Amino acid sequence: MDLIIDGLIEAIRLLWNGNSEVFAITWLSLKVSGTATLISVFLGVYTGVTIALSSFWGKRAVVVLVNTCMGFPPVVIGLVVTIFLWRSGPLGNFGLLYTPTAIIIAQTIIAAPIVTGISIAAINQLPEKLRLQALALGATRLQMVWLLIREARLPLLAAIMAGFGGVISEIGASIMVGGNIKGHTRVLTTATAMETSKGNFELAIALSIILLLLMIVVNSVLTTIQMKGR
Amino acid sequence: MLKKRFFALLGVLFCALFVVGVLGGSAVAQERNIILTTTTSVQDSGLLDALVPVFEKNTGYIVKTISVGSGQAMAMAKRGEADVLLVHSPKAEEEFVNAGFGVNRRLVMYNYFVLVGPPEDPAKVNGMKSAKEAFENIAKTNSLFVSRGDNSGTHALEKKVWGLTGLVTDKQSWYQETGLGMGNTLSVANEKGGYTLTDKATYLSLKKKLRLIIVVHESKELYNAYSVIEINSEKFPKVNTAGAKAFADFLLSDEGQKIIAKYGVESFGEGLFFVKQ
Repeated sequence: MDLIIDGLIEAIRLLWNGNSEVFAITWLSLKVSGTATLISVFLGVYTGVTIALSSFWGKRAVVVLVNTCMGFPPVVIGLVVTIFLWRSGPLGNFGLLYTPTAIIIAQTIIAAPIVTGISIAAINQLPEKLRLQALALGATRLQMVWLLIREARLPLLAAIMAGFGGVISEIGASIMVGGNIKGHTRVLTTATAMETSKGNFELAIALSIILLLLMIVVNSVLTTIQMKGR
Repeated sequence: MLKKRFFALLGVLFCALFVVGVLGGSAVAQERNIILTTTTSVQDSGLLDALVPVFEKNTGYIVKTISVGSGQAMAMAKRGEADVLLVHSPKAEEEFVNAGFGVNRRLVMYNYFVLVGPPEDPAKVNGMKSAKEAFENIAKTNSLFVSRGDNSGTHALEKKVWGLTGLVTDKQSWYQETGLGMGNTLSVANEKGGYTLTDKATYLSLKKKLRLIIVVHESKELYNAYSVIEINSEKFPKVNTAGAKAFADFLLSDEGQKIIAKYGVESFGEGLFFVKQ
């Protein structure tokens, strides 16, 4: 118990003094996971809306597949991405392994199905008539889709939060493709695991608290947008 | 219609990949990067944080340190996924070099593993000079022994000592494998009141959180040598040969050796590594 209090004090001290290494790690976490979330939102909302609005043979199977991928183990994604990015792998020539870009790629693959799955559900829960009405009133297809996205913005924002929450707190893939390299690819989760194994429990707890604070800040911004849009 | 959508989707995918590519932009700087795979014991001791910045400042290279067990470090290097190795698993290193994966293996530093255990010392091994005898006592008294069990250099040495005793540890109730790094394994041994073999650096840096004490030290069976190996670029053309050589040379330079010998004196009152004279 005293460890947690020590950790809390350490966290406050690190934030108060503006420890540059902790700041850099936090900023990298935010940058990497933010970029991954942004890309997954473009990919996921696009794919999700497309799947929800079209009817084709095997649609149910595709939705099942997307929903399954929502819970795909990050560590497996990390392993597969590592093998692809290895020097001996198909994308080895780009030299991306152990770079922040590698983490962005892995995290995008983790977050995209989450955003896609929630987007499909979000569009599906809108009344069918809305779509027909819009088309009947002379909306183009693009205008109709835009209208649906605006109508479904509350669950879509929830999709963004779920995607971001999933990747910023993820460790298995980040440590594998990033390598936890000091000053390059060390993010909050991998730093926490490393400090724990080094036995620096106060620092590990302090980093966890900073991670939680970061998630609270990002989610309050998104929730504010969500509430305003109601 | 569907076809059009498919192409649009492809377009989005392509854009995303492009963004990712631009963000990375690391392909250009590749020959300045050196991938060093090393053991968790070196990383956790903090020694590299003292060495790497000096090397980077001297040469302009960027060292990417990946810390894993010696076993995984060599498995990765066997695929050409590293440029230089700093490991402590002599037998595996010899095989590695003989098989042509690595070249120019050189001794960088050494120290001794220590056997740590609970202060009650149920196996009565405190102060023993031979690790082999201590291991035999632990087995005889059925005292708990916590093993890394992760193919690391520490684990390899531990297995070697068990081999000397001729005892079987497999499926024995007093023998437990964690599959974790040194720090975590020490915590497990601490909680369960077991013995474990550890490198001195990790033990000393965790000492204030542990009740475990050193029971056997500087036993000749526990000699622990760290070597640097450059990966053979004839086998793996993508290896950064110049960078690997520069880093290995730096470790063995007067400057590098001085940093290693001095490391730990300030925080622990004693050096953690010895260098060859």
